Order: sequence, then C-alpha cells, then structure tokens
Amino acid sequence: MNPDLLILLALLSPFVGALGCFATLTRPRIAAGIALASVALSLAAGIGLVAACAGGSVHAVHAGGWSAPFGIVLVADLFSALMLAVCQLVTLAALATGIAVLPERWRRRHFLPLVLTLSTATCGAFLTGDLFNLYVWFEVLLLSSFALMAILRGDAGRSGAWRYVLLNLVSSMLFLGAAGLIYGKTGSLNFADLHLRFANASDPVLVESSTVLLFGSFAIKSALLPFAFWLPASYPHLPPAVAALFAGLLTKVGLYAMFRVFGMVFASESFPHRDLLLILAVATMVGGVLGAVSQGGMRGILSFHIISQVGYMAVALALFTPLAIAAGIFYLVHHIVVKANLYLVTGLVERHSGSSELENTGGLMRSAPWMAALFAVPALSLAGIPPLSGFFAKFMLLRASIETGGFWVTVAIVGVGLLTVFSMLKIWSAAFWSAPKTAEAKQKPSPTAVAASVVLAVVTLGLGLGAGSLFGLAETAASGLLEPQAYLDAVLGSGNPPAPTITAKP
Amino acid sequence: MSVLLAMTIGLLVAAGLYRLLGPGRLDAIVGLILLGQAVNLGIFAAGRLRHNAPAIVTEPMKPVTDPLPQALVLTAIVIGFGIIAFLLTLQTRSSGK
Repeated sequence: MNPDLLILLALLSPFVGALGCFATLTRPRIAAGIALASVALSLAAGIGLVAACAGGSVHAVHAGGWSAPFGIVLVADLFSALMLAVCQLVTLAALATGIAVLPERWRRRHFLPLVLTLSTATCGAFLTGDLFNLYVWFEVLLLSSFALMAILRGDAGRSGAWRYVLLNLVSSMLFLGAAGLIYGKTGSLNFADLHLRFANASDPVLVESSTVLLFGSFAIKSALLPFAFWLPASYPHLPPAVAALFAGLLTKVGLYAMFRVFGMVFASESFPHRDLLLILAVATMVGGVLGAVSQGGMRGILSFHIISQVGYMAVALALFTPLAIAAGIFYLVHHIVVKANLYLVTGLVERHSGSSELENTGGLMRSAPWMAALFAVPALSLAGIPPLSGFFAKFMLLRASIETGGFWVTVAIVGVGLLTVFSMLKIWSAAFWSAPKTAEAKQKPSPTAVAASVVLAVVTLGLGLGAGSLFGLAETAASGLLEPQAYLDAVLGSGNPPAPTITAKP
Repeated sequence: MSVLLAMTIGLLVAAGLYRLLGPGRLDAIVGLILLGQAVNLGIFAAGRLRHNAPAIVTEPMKPVTDPLPQALVLTAIVIGFGIIAFLLTLQTRSSGK
C-alpha cells in the first residue's frame, strides 16, 4: 500500500473511531467493537509504515498540496513509524483490558472515545513535521488524559490529578512560548526548514534562548527530575488498565519530542543544553530508582520505575553518539511494551488478591503460577536480564557510555540496574514467593486481560530474541535522526533551496 | 510600541507566576490564564509589530503584517479557552461534591 495513505490511515482511523464511539455511547458492545477495530487498523498501518521506512526512506504528506515550509506536513520516518506501531500495540492491549475489566462508571464516563482521542494525539505527535502542530497534538493528548484522570475519586487521587494537570499546562505554556520565539527569530516552524536554518545560525544566544524553554517543557512532559513529581502523585491512583496506557504513552511522547527536536532539528555536532540533559538524566535514573525502592505497593514501585527508566533514555540522547541514539530508540520500544505490561499484570494481581499493596498480597506463586510467569517476563526484562529485550537495551547503552568515556554515567547505569533488580525482587518475594495471605482468588481473571498481557509478554520475548534485527532498525532510525538528508528531501523536495543565514540583528 | 508590549508581557508573567504559586486551586487557574495571555502576546510580538498594515497583500509594495503569528495566536487562544473551561469545571465539580 502507498505509504502516504498509510500515514493518513494511522492518524485518521482512531479519530474516526472516536467519533464513532461518541455516536454509539448507548450501545457499549458496538462502541467497543469500533474502538478495537480502529486502533487495530492504526496498528496495522503503523506496522506497514515500519516496513515501508525500514530501508531508511522517509515519506511525507503535504496537506492540501501546500509545499513544505508553508503548509502542514505529516512525515513518517523509521523512528516515528516504530514509535507509532509500538504505541498502538500498547493502546490496543490496554483498551481490550479496559473494556473487559473496568467498572461500569469508567465506561459510562466516555472511556472509549477518550482513549481513542489519546491515541489519535500520539499518532499525530509522532507524524507531525512542525513545531506548532506538535504543540497542538500535545494539547489534544493532555486534554484526553486530563479527562480520563478527572474520573479519579478520593482526595489523594484528586490532588495527584491536579498536580499532573497544572505542571503539564505550565509545560505547554513554555512550549508555546518557545514556538513563538523560534518563529520570531527564524520565520519558520517546519522541522526540516528549522534544521537548515539553525545549521547556519552563527549566534548560540539566538538558539539557546528559545531552546531552553523547549528543554523545560520536554523535561516536564517526560518526567525528568526535578520536574517528575506529578507522575508518582497521579499514576498510582489510576486503575491499572488506564495506568498502563499512560505509562506506555505519555512520558514516551515527551521523550520522542526530545529525540526529534534536540536529536535532529537543533543538532549538528551537538545540541544545546547537552551537558544539562546528561546531569538531569543521571539524577533522574538514580532518584527514580531510589523512590521505587522506598515504595510499599506495586503501583508506587512501578510509577517510580517509569521515572528511573526515562532517565536511561534521556542519557542515551545526552551521550549523542550514533550507537547511543540507536540504544535510546531500542530502549523506547522495549520500555513502552514492558512498562504497560507490568501495569496490566498489576491489574491481574489486584483482581486476584484484592490489592496490590505488598503487605496484603502473597503466595501468588502457588495459587496462580501462570500469573507469576506473566509477571516474571516484563519484570526481568525491565531489570535487564538476558535474553529479554531490556538486557540488550541496557547493554547497548552501557557500551555507548563506555565508548564516550563517561565513567560516572557508566557507574550510574550499572548501579541503577542493580537497584532495579532489587526493587523487582521486593515485589517478587512479597507478592509471589511469600506465604499466601488470602485463601482463594477474590475474582476470576478476565480472559481478555490475560490474553492482552500474554501478547505483550510474547512481544517482549520476541524483541529479546530478535534483538539483532530490531537493533538494525534502531540504527537506521538513529542515523535518520543524525543525518536527516532523507528527511529534508522528503519534506522540502530534493535539491532543497539553501536556507537563509540568520544572525542576530542589533 | 514593542517596549510597551514587552513590559506588559513581563508584568503578565510575573502576576501569573505569583498567582500560580498561590495556595488555592482557583489561584492556580487565574495564574494559568495570565500566563497564557502573556505567551499569546509574545507570539503576537514575535511576528513584528507594524502599524496600519493589513495581513493580506492588497496592493503590491505596501507593507504587510505577517499573518501566521495571528493564526497561531488564534489557535492558542481557542485551545487555552478550552483548557480553562475544563479546569473550571473540574474545580467546581470537585469542590461541589
């Protein structure tokens, strides 16, 4: 199929699905069918795009036939195609689980259309080719997630949701302000055009005054310390099916934007604020895992792990060698699947023992050995045990950090890995290995939820066993970011016009 | 004119941040509104201020204003309005029950 059509299909199918779900709200079965079908279609389009871009080619759709720096472009390169496919996979799993297990009150509150608008927004953020549209997709993403969070009850849940809303809105303001400043200085918002213009920019003050705003905005969105506190305040109160969706998508879209903007648009030999990013990323890795170790419930531990893992991916960007960027992309793909699956398994544990607080659970190894196996796959992968995907992600990252000679970064990567194993062991020994606390299962597991979790576990295994070919894709995607000639050609047309040199005028 | 606008933006950011750090949720909402206005004015100023110039070319060689920042601001205003409406609903519903 024509890749341009696949781009439109990936973006429009969840959007049309959302409209369909709004129209059929009174008929839950039909709405659920529409929702699943539209995300599945978008997933298929995403996989098609990965296949179409696997050789490093880039496909662009110029909306309305307007040529590039003036009109809106949707661009799919291998990086965005990979992210799109894996995010839609996770959305599909979380959606199926949500339909099967969420209580009636969630489904009544427009759960399905909101998940679909969230999915549309993630696709849009991955496919957009300019800064302002990225802002718009971020807003769509935020509003959908706000509305999903607004269903939270209880004081702790509400104040967590409020913190999430406020910090993310401040981050949007920073983003918008940065977009305005960049337009004022360069007269362009198109990624490809900006890359050419900034490559010729002679004055670092000109660039860095606005990129620092972008940096702050992305740091809040991707939950880098010290901006990460909205995440552990809000995620643990969400039902696991919704938390799986948020954990898989939200912070990763922020990281994607960081890779795209700092890894490609503003990057030539290096990018602004690279040292700052390295420091914050290492702090995030260490701080996140220490938070995880101190927590006493599965939900809390997993929330802090998101922060810690975000640090790993940000370190990959900050090291900024081709190997490190490839490791970062590999890490993103691996992490989205694993993290969402851990939350789905938490949901299974909660259904089985009535709680996921470690002091109330126990003996799952004996009462539900299949659940222990389902937990072990993503947990070991997150901790980085071979032959699962997490091992290869960490291995590549370690190699990249040793090659660049960052001694403390290397120490941090290894040390945080050990602490990750420790906190996973904490869950394992308390919930699975200890003596049973409840006589029998509170509720029967939902077959759909188990199936969704099994699919993600199989994907994790597949990513580990097929790490070689995935790493090949990640390397192609990384070189597409670092040497974006194919991207520029696809967006601006080959033999693109030389960009005007911009200098600060007195 | 630019200086006046810059001072207004600075004042709005200062007032917005002050309210944002205030104790109540309504304070935070007001702060966000003020910050949003500051950012919108910033984008508007980024498109260069021209006196008495239309946003479309009516006759050649006459000065025109860049229409894109205005379009951007319009989009940002609409999005900001939606978000403020959502926040106020959230606030009234959670304090009402």
